[in-house]
Amino acid sequence: MYPAMTPFLAQSEPWISFDVAGLAEQFWNNTVDGLAQGGIYALVALGYTLVYGVLKLINFAHSEVFVVGAFATWLTFYVLGFRAGVTPELSVVEIILFLGIACVVAMAVSGGTAVLLERVAYRPLRNRNAPRLVFLITAIGASFAIQQTLRLIFGLNQQPQIRLLQPEPLFRVFGATVTNIHVILIVAAVLLWFVADYFINRTRLGRGIRAVAQDPDTATLMGVNKERVIVITFLVGGLLAGAAALFYMMRIPQGAIYNGGFLLGIKAFTAAVLGGIGNLRGALLGGLLLGLVENYGQSLFGGEWKDIVAFVVLIVVLMFRPTGILGESLGKARV
Amino acid sequence: MSGARLTRVLVLAAAASLALGACAARDQGSSSGDTTGSAAAPSQAADAANPRGDGNAVCSGVSIAYAGTINGNSAALGQNILRGADLAVKQHNEANPNCQVTLKQFDTEGKPDKAPGIVTQVINEPDILGVVGLPFSGESKAAGNLFNQAGLVAITPSATNPALADNGWKTFFRGMGNDAAQGPAAAKFLTETLKAGKVCVIEDDSEYGIGLAGQVRDALGSKASCSDKVKTGQTDFSAVVNKISAESPDAIFFSGYYPEAGPFAQQLNDKGITAKFVAPDGVKDAEFLKGAGAGATNAYFTCPCVPEDNFTDFTAAFKQVEGADPGTYSPEGYDVMTVLLKGIDSGVTDRAAMLEFVQNYDGQGLTKKFKWNDKGELADTPVWSYRVENGKIVNNGQIS
Amino acid sequence: MTTSTVSAPRKRRFLREQWNNLSRPAQWAILIPVVVLIYFLPVLNPPLIATTGTDFPTAMFDVARYALVAIGLNVVVGQAGLLDLGYVGFFAVGAYVAALFTSPNSSLAKLPYLWTLPLAMAVTMIFGIILGAPTLRLRGDYLAIVTLGFGEIIRLVADNVDPLRGQSGFERVGTDADGTPFFANATAWYWLTVTIIIVVLLLVGNLERSRVGRAWVSIREDEDVAEIMGVPVFKFKIWAFVIGAAIGGLSGALYAGKLGFVNNQSFDVITSMLFLAAVVLGGAGNKVGVLLGAAVVAYLPLRFVQLAEYNYLIFGIALIILMIFRPQGLLGARQRLLARGRQAYQRLLGRGEQISGESALAADTQGGPR
Repeated sequence: MYPAMTPFLAQSEPWISFDVAGLAEQFWNNTVDGLAQGGIYALVALGYTLVYGVLKLINFAHSEVFVVGAFATWLTFYVLGFRAGVTPELSVVEIILFLGIACVVAMAVSGGTAVLLERVAYRPLRNRNAPRLVFLITAIGASFAIQQTLRLIFGLNQQPQIRLLQPEPLFRVFGATVTNIHVILIVAAVLLWFVADYFINRTRLGRGIRAVAQDPDTATLMGVNKERVIVITFLVGGLLAGAAALFYMMRIPQGAIYNGGFLLGIKAFTAAVLGGIGNLRGALLGGLLLGLVENYGQSLFGGEWKDIVAFVVLIVVLMFRPTGILGESLGKARV
Repeated sequence: MSGARLTRVLVLAAAASLALGACAARDQGSSSGDTTGSAAAPSQAADAANPRGDGNAVCSGVSIAYAGTINGNSAALGQNILRGADLAVKQHNEANPNCQVTLKQFDTEGKPDKAPGIVTQVINEPDILGVVGLPFSGESKAAGNLFNQAGLVAITPSATNPALADNGWKTFFRGMGNDAAQGPAAAKFLTETLKAGKVCVIEDDSEYGIGLAGQVRDALGSKASCSDKVKTGQTDFSAVVNKISAESPDAIFFSGYYPEAGPFAQQLNDKGITAKFVAPDGVKDAEFLKGAGAGATNAYFTCPCVPEDNFTDFTAAFKQVEGADPGTYSPEGYDVMTVLLKGIDSGVTDRAAMLEFVQNYDGQGLTKKFKWNDKGELADTPVWSYRVENGKIVNNGQIS
Repeated sequence: MTTSTVSAPRKRRFLREQWNNLSRPAQWAILIPVVVLIYFLPVLNPPLIATTGTDFPTAMFDVARYALVAIGLNVVVGQAGLLDLGYVGFFAVGAYVAALFTSPNSSLAKLPYLWTLPLAMAVTMIFGIILGAPTLRLRGDYLAIVTLGFGEIIRLVADNVDPLRGQSGFERVGTDADGTPFFANATAWYWLTVTIIIVVLLLVGNLERSRVGRAWVSIREDEDVAEIMGVPVFKFKIWAFVIGAAIGGLSGALYAGKLGFVNNQSFDVITSMLFLAAVVLGGAGNKVGVLLGAAVVAYLPLRFVQLAEYNYLIFGIALIILMIFRPQGLLGARQRLLARGRQAYQRLLGRGEQISGESALAADTQGGPR
């Protein structure tokens, strides 16, 4: 195996490797981990994609909406009485109950933050017909503001991690160990995506969203309340981000740190574009794909190439499919 | 000097206990078999330099600066040092009513690209006669020549990269051993105490991490059979963990800082990897324990810092004055600040005189004997190991 | 819909018209004392403006390099309307070129520092072409994410590829063979940068008034129409990208020389966002406006560095508020399709200055973004 041959090359390690053997060996492990991480990306990407579809706005502050949800999760666990370093003995029912409570709280807090963001930062700009670039800068400003507020409240370091559920291996797939956390994450992410998809495609409110995304003026003429639709879009995006935050905290309990959302937000946005921005299926596909590609890339090229692989894949895909893999969007991507 | 003799005794005791420990049965399942348990932490040397001095010092309008991370990357490491230095200054000022030294703080956030700007600021304040800092190797490298050009003494209490001393900076002084001591010591700890036949060396992308990993790999030779890299800020280590799981090493050496080490150790633990997790001084902090959770139970640390368990006066004063427990490099920060304070007490009023004072200084501190060679390195550079017990980091014996 | 873009406050328009009605020599007569004042700022150390927590000449240099970057980014985003979120990549390339050719840590041949400035510009221009050629076909927000990716790739590649030394970085950048830095103090660097800014402003201003500038304006306003009207859109987009890249690279090389240390940590996404904020704050499309914007973005955090805890919080809130109350930037973009185009247009339509169209800069008069 390649790694075994490197001891005497330790001095002059190549800065990139092509460890095909390692990739093949870790393939299924990476697939399982990639899907779990990808599920989180997909849920956050849904938020980006919905807001973009309706408003043609890249909501850079969405990563902060996510991180607020992570803190809310942590606080919920803390308030419920769980503490760091102590693994509680809970029955399955209790676990589901507590996780459910945390999920609801996280979703509510994230959703609330998203709506607040819209109300405070974006609505005044919309009312003034500000150019699109200005929204971007406001998003950056809001991102700074929320991050720094979290930092002032919670401090610089990761919150001590509280874990309700220890990862237990459940079964094996082609040699890869699948833990309960993996299963919960993947299943829940896909389920939530179905719920979001149903909401957008089958309900009246969802139809309103699609109408506003396609043509705001005609939608208004047809009796759709544009302002309400926009608020609901932000809310739904926030709810999904809150759920993603809970899953993220289950997977990486050290995630409650004030700048923990930033890189993940960029990755999620990349995933959204990869799949086709404004496209719900694209968000799911892009998220899962990104999670997989990152892990495969790490095994193939070495751990430090993880992020680069993600961006290179994005650029290559956009070269061949300029509107993302699945292309078509909620309304139309701005061209 | 009794300090040197004490050290010699301790080294002998450590060596003896290492031998004993190595023979002890390892299948007790707990970590007690891997300790050099009977090597006790050194006691407070009777002639350790005391910042209080003789109480008759006279000075005015002088300051000493702390430059390093306070609110930035791996802030806990910087804050430990700052508190140690602050304690020394407070004790000094309390005892010397005619000489009140100001401690000025400058936050570089631990970043090499911010450090030069901050250091320029420090240099431009004429009342600053000496600097305790910079705590990290990367930023020391970036800003060291500025100190040299300005002739301003900078004693680093924690930057371990050996190459820093080779730049010809006459103002550079190191308050503890460097990675050329820590690396081989870590390798020795891994092979002799932990009896690891196969070690995975994981490095991050910092100057410190890469340098130390290189030293450890060299010292381990063929035992370092697998390696991988992680990035600052990374939280998801699944691919690396999977690789390590396939390799099944006896021990893992993580060369980096605690914000990454915490989640990494936990994810290793989640995967069911029972290999020992060994990490250097950049990880040895309570924040790592917070971040690693259950993954910290089979964690060990190496550090060129001296355990302060038996520095009872120091620890008590620290808790009372600073309101926190001493951490990694707190005693070193205290010692280094004491050296500078001694300089002020001896009548130094400008930077050149302070530089000369430090160059010629020969005295015992809490942690070790301080006498620098012309490169700014100490002769006496012990490396200690630590383990985790009951959720706290405890002394595990001296390695070298 | 509110139409706040239709009429700027009367006083400001009055000033703007007054300024435009002055003859060129009269404009110079006012400008020159201002420029002299700017030169002497670090020497004068004015009491309120001088930064107390950090070195004032260094702070002024930081403002100046932000200003230079803002001019370059203005060409890309403001003039040509290409949303570039990875501009820090060009800045990084310029800095690394300067580092690679002057630092003792690099294995390349050493060059005198001044030679690395045009070299940095050349290399960055090549990168601009490499990035632009495949991606400028993308529109709008896709270009944004691709340029963001490019900026990140540069930073990460610098971390992974050993010769570029990641976080270890290059020391003693900008020093000559025996180690003396190019300029001893920050004030000299500041003066060099301000001089370069003035030269670049003149050049860019000339470009704006030329065929190239008009082509950019037409691309910004409506790319498809421009293409139909025979403007070689792709070629001029590449021009904009390359010129913007060159200016960014130049600023990066200056930064590297002043700081003396280059590693990959200063070239992150946040810096890109701050560059963009400088441009938009000042008024995208207005090259003097972006100087003001850069001054705000670079100067404020340094001025209030004692409020270290609250620094960025205040900055973020300030950005939000400024954008709400002045979305067109401090000095809104001006448009000159013809020499007297704006006046003619105003008279024709009987209303005030209007920026219409679908571009990123366009105010939406159609009832919300679509």
